[in-house]
Amino acid sequence: MAAATLSTHTNGAVLNPDDVLIDCKIEDLYYGKFKAVRDIALKIKKGTITAFIGPSGCGKSTALRCLNRMNDLVKGFRFRGHVIFRGQDIYKPSVDPVAVRRHIGMVFQQPNPFAMSIYRNVAFGLRLNRYRGPVGDKVEQALRGAALWDEVKDKLHSSGLALSGGQQQRLCIARAIATEPAVLLMDEPCSALDPVATHRIEELMKELKKKYTIAIVTHNLQQAKRVADMTAFLYVDTTQGGRTGYQVEYGPTEEVFENPKEKHTQDYLSGEFS
Amino acid sequence: MPPANDPAPSVLKSDLTAVELRDLEWSLRQPRSLFSFLMSMLTGAATIAALFPLFSVLYLLVQKGIAGINLAWFTDLPPAAMAEGGGFGNAIVGTFIIVSIATFISVPFGVFAAVYITEFGPDTRTAKAVRFAAKVLTGLPSILAGVFAFAVVVLATGGFSAPAAGVALALLMVPTILLTAEEAIKRVPPRMREAAVGMGATPTQVVGRVVIPTALPGILTGIMLAVARAAGETAPLLFTALFSEFWMSRSFPAFLPKTVGDLMKPTASLAVMIYNYSGSPFDNQIAMAWSAALALVVLVLFTNILGQALAKRTSSIR
Repeated sequence: MAAATLSTHTNGAVLNPDDVLIDCKIEDLYYGKFKAVRDIALKIKKGTITAFIGPSGCGKSTALRCLNRMNDLVKGFRFRGHVIFRGQDIYKPSVDPVAVRRHIGMVFQQPNPFAMSIYRNVAFGLRLNRYRGPVGDKVEQALRGAALWDEVKDKLHSSGLALSGGQQQRLCIARAIATEPAVLLMDEPCSALDPVATHRIEELMKELKKKYTIAIVTHNLQQAKRVADMTAFLYVDTTQGGRTGYQVEYGPTEEVFENPKEKHTQDYLSGEFS
Repeated sequence: MPPANDPAPSVLKSDLTAVELRDLEWSLRQPRSLFSFLMSMLTGAATIAALFPLFSVLYLLVQKGIAGINLAWFTDLPPAAMAEGGGFGNAIVGTFIIVSIATFISVPFGVFAAVYITEFGPDTRTAKAVRFAAKVLTGLPSILAGVFAFAVVVLATGGFSAPAAGVALALLMVPTILLTAEEAIKRVPPRMREAAVGMGATPTQVVGRVVIPTALPGILTGIMLAVARAAGETAPLLFTALFSEFWMSRSFPAFLPKTVGDLMKPTASLAVMIYNYSGSPFDNQIAMAWSAALALVVLVLFTNILGQALAKRTSSIR
């Protein structure tokens, strides 16, 4: 019901599973006078996990945040290129960024539940979208989807902030998937978590990709290797004075890791930094 | 410098360096220890000195005010000269009504202004001007608020009234509410805002559903502090509400006026009653002023403690 009302922007196009869900092309991207990212071009297929890897400051997060217009909040943000989501450029002036973010959800580096109960955290998106159906069922479904239900079903009305870090992050995933967005962006979702919690989130991602398309930024190369279908390697170009991130290589994860075409990729993956 | 003729173990020689480290025993003969000790004493003494006036005021109030405590205080009108009994029921109701009016005026202005200067235009000139004006206004002598409300409300409506007093007190409350609400809103972690934006919340929804609910305990604390301050103000009321020795309307209990017209008359308040009756030549009225003072302090103290309790809740949501 919610899914049906949420996906009114599909332009009636029928997608088959191999279809491209997001076609992203960043020619250049500025924060004020600072050129943060250039030359990124990638197509994200439905039902896959795409990983962005690369050294710190290479624009992985910036690129990811382009996909649901989170960068709009940054002062001085300018962007040349396009992000076509279901056949529509989300940077068209007529597009409402708020609506974009309801279709393309996000999970952040630091778990960031609201200072309210677990139940209300998950129901937050449903309320935003004026969901009229049985909220309780949706909350349970989302918490089950995020593999958190069994741990919290007896304390749904206690504060989301009282959970452990890993549980908080799964709560944030539950909150994001409660409205059934088409895409889930994850910005280093495990970097604040211990290895056990990380493992659980990775298992969860593999489960979630049956329903959702996922793009993830990660510092952890092994994580990209374990979960991602496609991998984009970004690097920093310091030759033009600034520190501008750009896309070196994009392809199926196995190929990027086993048989990288570019020298930078080879060096980075083998731990040799220039 | 260790004592020169003190033999061996009091000076421990470091194995690694030539530096002589002092021994481990705590001693007041060490200048630093002595200084530290004296300073601790000094701060303790200063704390006691600072609290002394507070407790002596409270002691005096209880001693002089508690005599003859009875229910009639809260239900009866102020006594005539040399009369038996009496109370300050109308003054409590009047204070309650005036402060309520002031709160209804100042809370929306204060909180909305705080939301604007934190969420929508934190770096704009307007925000800077508002912040500056609010800080200046916190130091506004309260009598000037009374004069202002006299000019704007009393002269315009043609008489002393509770709403006029409400306007005067609101003027004093707005800056406190605004500045504490700003602080409370600033303390909402940015990642919660980011989460709401990432969910597709509009700016209004971010503020209304995440920022304000999260900052609410802090905002309420500011409101409580402002209310407590306003309840004790006297000078602005002399220009605006004046005083009344009667109930607001004839109905009893007179917790609320019957008609709006009843509000537009001089209104009693605890603060002005203390002011008026303490200068009376009659012992029974002076005693009633002490009792009213005790009641006012208890009221303000209670409001303050409530505010502090709410502040504690704010810090626990981190």
